[in-house]
Amino acid sequence: MQMLAEVDTPVENEEKAIISARDVSVFYGDKQALNKVSLEIPVNKITSLIGPSGCGKSTFLRCLNRMNDTVEGCRVEGKILLDGADIYDAKVDEVLLRARVGMVFQKPNPFPKSIYDNVAYGPRIHGLAHNKDELDDIVLTSLEKAGLLKEVRDRLNSTGTGLSGGQQQRLCIARALAVQPDIILMDEPCSALDPIATAKVEELIEELRENYTIIIVTHSMQQAARISQKTAFFHLGEIVEVGDTEQLFTSPKDERTQGYITGRFG
Amino acid sequence: MTDMAPTSSSAKSWDSDETRANLKRRHRSEKRFRVLGLTAIFIALTLLAILIISIAGKGATAFIQTTISLDVTFAEQKIDPKGTRDQEVLRGASYGSLVREALRAEFPEVKSRKDLRVLFNLVSNGSPNKLRKMVMENPELIGQTVRVQFAASDDIDMFTKGYIPRDVPEDDRRVKDKEIAWYDQLAEKGMVETRFNSDFFTSGDSREPEIAGIWGAIVGSFYTLFITFMISFPVGVMSAIYLEEFAPKNKFTDIVEVNINNLAAVPSIVFGLLGLALFLNVAHLPRSAPVVGGLTLALMTLPTIIIAARASIRAIPDSIRDAALGLGASRQQMVFHHVLPLSMPGIMTGTIIGLSQALGETAPLLMIGMVAFIVDIPGGVTDPATVLPVQIFLWADSPERAFVEKTSGAIIVLLGFLVFMNAVAVMLRKKFERRW
Repeated sequence: MQMLAEVDTPVENEEKAIISARDVSVFYGDKQALNKVSLEIPVNKITSLIGPSGCGKSTFLRCLNRMNDTVEGCRVEGKILLDGADIYDAKVDEVLLRARVGMVFQKPNPFPKSIYDNVAYGPRIHGLAHNKDELDDIVLTSLEKAGLLKEVRDRLNSTGTGLSGGQQQRLCIARALAVQPDIILMDEPCSALDPIATAKVEELIEELRENYTIIIVTHSMQQAARISQKTAFFHLGEIVEVGDTEQLFTSPKDERTQGYITGRFG
Repeated sequence: MTDMAPTSSSAKSWDSDETRANLKRRHRSEKRFRVLGLTAIFIALTLLAILIISIAGKGATAFIQTTISLDVTFAEQKIDPKGTRDQEVLRGASYGSLVREALRAEFPEVKSRKDLRVLFNLVSNGSPNKLRKMVMENPELIGQTVRVQFAASDDIDMFTKGYIPRDVPEDDRRVKDKEIAWYDQLAEKGMVETRFNSDFFTSGDSREPEIAGIWGAIVGSFYTLFITFMISFPVGVMSAIYLEEFAPKNKFTDIVEVNINNLAAVPSIVFGLLGLALFLNVAHLPRSAPVVGGLTLALMTLPTIIIAARASIRAIPDSIRDAALGLGASRQQMVFHHVLPLSMPGIMTGTIIGLSQALGETAPLLMIGMVAFIVDIPGGVTDPATVLPVQIFLWADSPERAFVEKTSGAIIVLLGFLVFMNAVAVMLRKKFERRW
C-alpha cells in the first residue's frame, strides 16, 4: 500500500481524484472491450457507471482492482493511477491492491461459512487483528457499518448463505469493509435484490460515502440518479459523456446519452 | 367447426383429426419407450439377482465349519520327555502322534495300516499345528487330557454340508463307507459339531481348505490400498488443483488433459507390466509385496482421482473465487481456504470409487507376483502378501471341492467391502451436497 502513495497526487481543478484512468483499453483475446477510456474518480463521492449491456462498464470496474487479471487472455493497456501510482506497474502486488480497493459483486456471494467467519476472513488473511478481541471488534464494527449487526447479532455463528438476498449482499459489503479499503467497487449490487432490499442497500451506500470512495455499476438509471454525484455513460467500449449526475441526467450534451436516459435504447 | 373458425387464417386447429392422430402417435411412442426402459432395468436386475443368489448360495456354507472333538492326552514323554519346557523342544515335538493317539483311542477296533490312514484323515491335517499352538501358549497342558475341537477334514466337512451325498455308489464319492460309519459313531457321541467358521476370518491361506482363511488377504488388501491411497490421493488432488486453478490454458495443458483421460482407459494389465518393469526390475523393490502392488494400483487410480477432483473443483462457482480474490486473498489462499474444502466431498467420493476399483483389481497384481501362495499374515508393506481378489483367483483355481465354497465366501466378503465403500461414497455425497 505504501508504494502506491509515493507519487504526489495530481490536483484536479475542481476536486481531488483518487483514481485517474488514462487511455485504458482492454482486450479479451482479439476482442477489444474498452477503447481508450479516461476517467477521474473523485474521492469520497459515489461515481456511477451506466450504459447498455456489453458497453464495457463492468470491464472498466474490474480493471480498477485488477480482477481482470484472473480472466484468461485479458490484456490491459493504458494507465490507471491510484493516488498517482500506476496499479498495473510490475512492482504492484495485486493482493495488496485488492485489499485497498474492495469489491462487491452482482450476485451476493457469501462464503458458505458462518456470518462471523465471512467478515473475519479478510482481516485474518491480511493479519489485521492480533488477537481474538481485536478480530471480534473488526467484525462487529464492519457489520454495524453495513447496517446488519442488529439483524444478525444473536446468530453470528449461523451460516451466511442462510440469510435473505438483501442481507447476504449487506454481509458481502461488511466483508469488504472489514479489510478497511479506501475504495469500494460495486458491480450492479442490487440487480439480484427486491425493491425493499435495494432501498436498504442504497441507503447503506449513501452512508458509506462519508468514509469511502464508491464506484458503482448499475443498470438502473434511477439508482444512479438517486445515489451518485458523478456519472459516466459508457457506450460500445467508450465513455460518451461524463459529468455531475444532476447535470448529466437533466441536460445531457450527447444525443446518445439523451437517448439512453430517456429510454430510447439500451 | 364453422362457428369456431379461427380469426386468423394461419392459426392451427387443435381439434382436427390430424392433430389427434399425431397426439396418439406421440403417446404411443412415449409408452413404447417407457416399456423398453422398464425391460432394460428388469433384465439388469435379474442378472444381478442371479449373480448374488448363486454366490450367496454357494458361499454361505463357507462361514460354517464342521468340527470333531477328541480327547487328547498331552503325554509328557511324547512332548517333552526331559521336562525342560524349552520353547524349541515344545515346538519340535510330534503333535501328529497325539492326534493319532486320540483317534485310535476313540476307535480301538481299527488295526490295519490302510484303515488307520483313512481314520487319521477324518480330522484336518492342520490339527497338529493347533495342538502345538495350544501347548506353546500354555505348557501347563502337558500331562493332562483335554477335549479339543478339531476342524474336520475338507471331505468330512463337505459330507456334513451335504455336498457329498450318502446315496451315490461308494466308488463315486470321496468319503468311503468306512469313514461314514466312523463319522456316524462320532456324531452319535455328540463329538461332531458345526459352528461359525471363525478360522475363515482369522487365518491365512492354506493348502487345506478346511483351515484356509482370508485374513491374510484382507490385511494384504489393506496395506496395498493404504499405499495406493497415500500415493494417488495427494498426487491426484495436487494435479487436479494445478490443472484447474493455476495452469494456463494452452496446447500443452490440452495434451496433458487428453492423456489423463486416455490413461483412465488403459487396461489394467498394462499397468501391471509397467509396475513389473519399473518397480521390480529397475527399482528392485521386494516381489509380491503390498508396496509394489500399491504403487502399481496408484498408477491406475491416479487418472480416476484426477478426473473426479477436477470435476468437483470445476463445480465450485466462480463467485466464490471472485469473493476471495476480491478481498485480497492470493490465488493459493483462495484455493486452500475455499475451493479445496468445498470440493473435498466430491474429491473424497471420487477417491473412494477409485480405491474400490483398486480393491477389486487382480490383473496388474498377477504381473508383480502378488499371486504367490502366502500362508503368513503380512506384518508390513514389504512382507509378501496377497489381496482379496487374487485370493479368490487362487482358490477358484484349486481342485479341492471345498475350495468352491471358500471362493464364493471370499467373493461375498469382497463384495461386502465394495458395497460398504460405495455406500460411504454415496453418504458423503448426500451429506455434503450443496446447491449454489
